[in-house]
Amino acid sequence: MFGEGILKGLAETARNFAGSFVSAERLTTVQYPEQRIAPIEATRDFPFLVYDGADWEAGLRCVACQICEKECPPKCIYIEKSVDKKPDFTGRPQIYPTRFDIDISVCMSCQICVEVCPFEAIKMDTEFELSTTDRFGGLLYDRKELAKSNEHYHKIHPTEAAEVDARLAEEKAKAEAKAKTAAEAAAAKAAAAATVAKPAGGSESHPEEERKI
Amino acid sequence: MIKNADQVFVLLQHWVMSFFPPAFQPIVGLLLAVVAIVCVFPGLFAVAVLLERKGLGRMQNRYGPNRVGPLGILQPVADGLKSLTKEDIVPTSADAVVHFLAPVFLVVIVFMGYAVLPMGRNMTLVNLDSGLLFFFAMGASTELSVFMAGWSSRNKYSLLGAMRAVAQMISYEVPLLLASLVVVMMTGSMNLGRIVAVQNQYTWGLPHWYIFTPWGFAAFLLYATATTAESNRSPFDLPEGESELVAGYFTEYSGFKFALFFLGEYVGMLSVSGLGATLFLGGWSAPFSFLTWVPSWIWFFGKVMLSICVFIWLRGTLPRLRQDQLMNFAWKFVLPLSLLNVFVAGLWRFMGDGLSRWAVCSGILLIAYVVMARVGMRSEDFGPRSYRYAE
Amino acid sequence: MTIAFYLIAAITIAGALAAVLLRNTVHCALALTVAFAGLAIAFLELDAQFAGFAQILVYIGAVAILVVFAILLTRGSETPKEGVFSKSWLAGMAIAAMIFAVLGWAVLSSTSALPNETARPAVNVLQIGNALMGRYVLPLEIVAVLLTSALIGAVIVARHEKGSAK
Repeated sequence: MFGEGILKGLAETARNFAGSFVSAERLTTVQYPEQRIAPIEATRDFPFLVYDGADWEAGLRCVACQICEKECPPKCIYIEKSVDKKPDFTGRPQIYPTRFDIDISVCMSCQICVEVCPFEAIKMDTEFELSTTDRFGGLLYDRKELAKSNEHYHKIHPTEAAEVDARLAEEKAKAEAKAKTAAEAAAAKAAAAATVAKPAGGSESHPEEERKI
Repeated sequence: MIKNADQVFVLLQHWVMSFFPPAFQPIVGLLLAVVAIVCVFPGLFAVAVLLERKGLGRMQNRYGPNRVGPLGILQPVADGLKSLTKEDIVPTSADAVVHFLAPVFLVVIVFMGYAVLPMGRNMTLVNLDSGLLFFFAMGASTELSVFMAGWSSRNKYSLLGAMRAVAQMISYEVPLLLASLVVVMMTGSMNLGRIVAVQNQYTWGLPHWYIFTPWGFAAFLLYATATTAESNRSPFDLPEGESELVAGYFTEYSGFKFALFFLGEYVGMLSVSGLGATLFLGGWSAPFSFLTWVPSWIWFFGKVMLSICVFIWLRGTLPRLRQDQLMNFAWKFVLPLSLLNVFVAGLWRFMGDGLSRWAVCSGILLIAYVVMARVGMRSEDFGPRSYRYAE
Repeated sequence: MTIAFYLIAAITIAGALAAVLLRNTVHCALALTVAFAGLAIAFLELDAQFAGFAQILVYIGAVAILVVFAILLTRGSETPKEGVFSKSWLAGMAIAAMIFAVLGWAVLSSTSALPNETARPAVNVLQIGNALMGRYVLPLEIVAVLLTSALIGAVIVARHEKGSAK
C-alpha cells in the first residue's frame, strides 16, 4: 500500500523517541567529559620514552641511536647525543640523548618510530587530551615530558609491556650468561696462563687482556 | 470565572484601552494585539526550535543540546546571542539593497498572516470576510522574497536553490488552495471565524471538526503535504538542504539576517499550522463537549504545537525527496487527488445527511488513492541517457 | 480623494516609473511588483477585498515570479551596455500620451467618476461567486480553456525541446 513505508518509519521513530527515555540501548550517548569510554589496549596517540626504575634520567632506555629520527616520515623527532656514556640495562656503557624533542603537532601517530626502535625505548601513549593555550611551545615535548615509567607502560598496554619485559629480561639473561661464560673462560685462561706464564714470563698475558675488551 | 479565563486576553486589552480617549481606542486595541502577536510567536519559535533539536535528538538515539540551561532550555537564548553578534558579511558583488530587503520582506509578510487567525474566542486581530484569501495571498508573496535572496547573492548555488525553492512553492500552491477550497465550499464563507464557529458544534460529545469527514481527512492530509512543501521542510527541503546546496538560497547570509530567515521559516510553519488547525481541527474548539471549560486559546496553541511536533516527527523520519520526485509527486499525485476531493465534497453536500454519503465518499477517495498511487507514481523508464551540450 | 488615495497613487506611480527607468532588469521587475502591490492596496481601499487579495495572490505571487524567471532564463539579467532610453523616445512618448488620453477619457466618462458618488455598493465574495457561476459563467469557462491551452502548449514546447535533444 502506498504510504505504508511512511507509517512504518513514523512508528520506528516514535519507538526511538519513547525508548530513549527508558532504555539505554536507545540512547547511546556518552556525556563527555563527565563520562568517558575506556580506550582499548591498541589505542595509540603520541610517543613517549620508557624508563626503568625510579630515576628517569638513569633508567631511560633510549641510547640516541637516531634510527627513529631518521625513519620518522614528518620528521618530528629531534635528538642530540651526549658526549659521555652511562651503563644501560645490560651494564654496558651507552650514550644517551641530551635532547629528545617530539613536536606532537607534526606527529602523525604512524608508530614507525616504535617499530624500528631496537631498544624498546619509545612506545605509543594513549593520552589525547593534550590541548594547550601556548601555541608556540606547548605542543613541543622535550625528553623530561616524554619520559614515563615502565609501570605506566604496563598500565596502558599490559600485554605488550609484559611481552617487552619478557624479551628484555631474556636478552639480559643471555647477556649475563654470555658474560659469565666469557668471564669463566677468561678466568680459566688467566689461571692457565698464570701457571704457564710463571716459567715463560708475563709476555702472553697482555694479548689476553686486550681480547677481553 | 471560566468565561473570564477564556477571555482573559480580550479583557486585558479592553482594560488597557480604557485608559485612552475614545477616539484612539480602536488603534490602541489593534496595536496591543499586534504587539502581543509579535512577542508571542517568536517566543513560540524559540520553543519550536528547542523542541526540534531535542526531539530530533531523541529520535536519533542521542540527547539534544543539554549544556546551556537545565536540560538545554536556554539554548535558543544562546543561539539568538550568537546570531546577533556574528559578523554580517555581504559579498562585494552582491546586490546590496535586494540582499538586505529579502529577509525583511520575508519576515514582514510572514507576520501579516497572523492577522486573520482566530486564536481563541473573540481573539482574531482583524476579522476579514475573505480572511482565507488574505492568508494565501501572504503565503504566495513569500516566494518572491526567496527568489530575491537567491538572486541577490550572485552565487550559483544560491540561485539554483532559489529556483528550486520557487518551483517547489509554486507547484504546491495549487493543491494547497484546492485543499482549503473544500472547507470554504462546505462552510459557505471565507471568514475564518465563521469556519471555526461551524466546527464548534457537538454531536454525542464529538465535535464537528472537518477532519472527521472523509473529504476533510483527505483534504487535511493534502494540506499537510502542501504546507510541508511550502515551508521547505523535510522531506521537501532540497532547496535549503544543508548537505546538498551548501545552504541553498541563504548561503550568503550570516549573522542576524540568517536568523531572520530561520525565524521566517519557523514562524511561517507556525502560521500554516494555525491555519490548518483552524480549517480542519476546529480552531479554538475543544475536542469533547465536556472539555469546553478549558480556555479556547489553550486548545488553539495546543493544536499548533501538536502540528509542530508532527512536522518534527516527519523530519526525523523521512529522507529528503529529490527535486524531480518532489515535482512529480505534486503534479501527478497531490493535484489530481485534490481536484477529486473537491468533487467528492460537492457530492457529500448534495447527497444529504445519512450513512450512504459516508460510504460513497470514503469509497471514492480510497479507490482514487490506490489508483493514483499505482498510476501516478510509476517510476519512469528513462531509456538510454541523452546528452545536451551547451552551444 | 483622501490622503490615503494620494499615497497609494504615489507608490504605484513611483513603482511603475522605476520599472521603466532602472538599469538593472531584475530591479525593474521588483519595482513592478511594488506597482502591483500599490494597485492591490488601491482595491482594498475601495473595500473590494476579493479583488485586492486576488491581485496580491495572482500578480505578486505568480506573475511577478514569472517575469523574474523570464528575465533570469534569458540574457536580460545583464545590465545593458547602452543607456536605458531608446533612440525613438519621441515617438514612444507621443504614443504613450495618446494612449493615456484615451484611457483618461474612458475613465472620466464612466459612471464611477461622478464626484458625488459616496455610497459604494457592497459587493462581497458571495455575490462575486454567484455572478461568476450564473451570469458570467461563459467568460469564466472561456478563460479556463485559454489557460488550459496555454498550459498544454507549455508542456508540448518543453517536451519538444527534450525530444529534439535526443
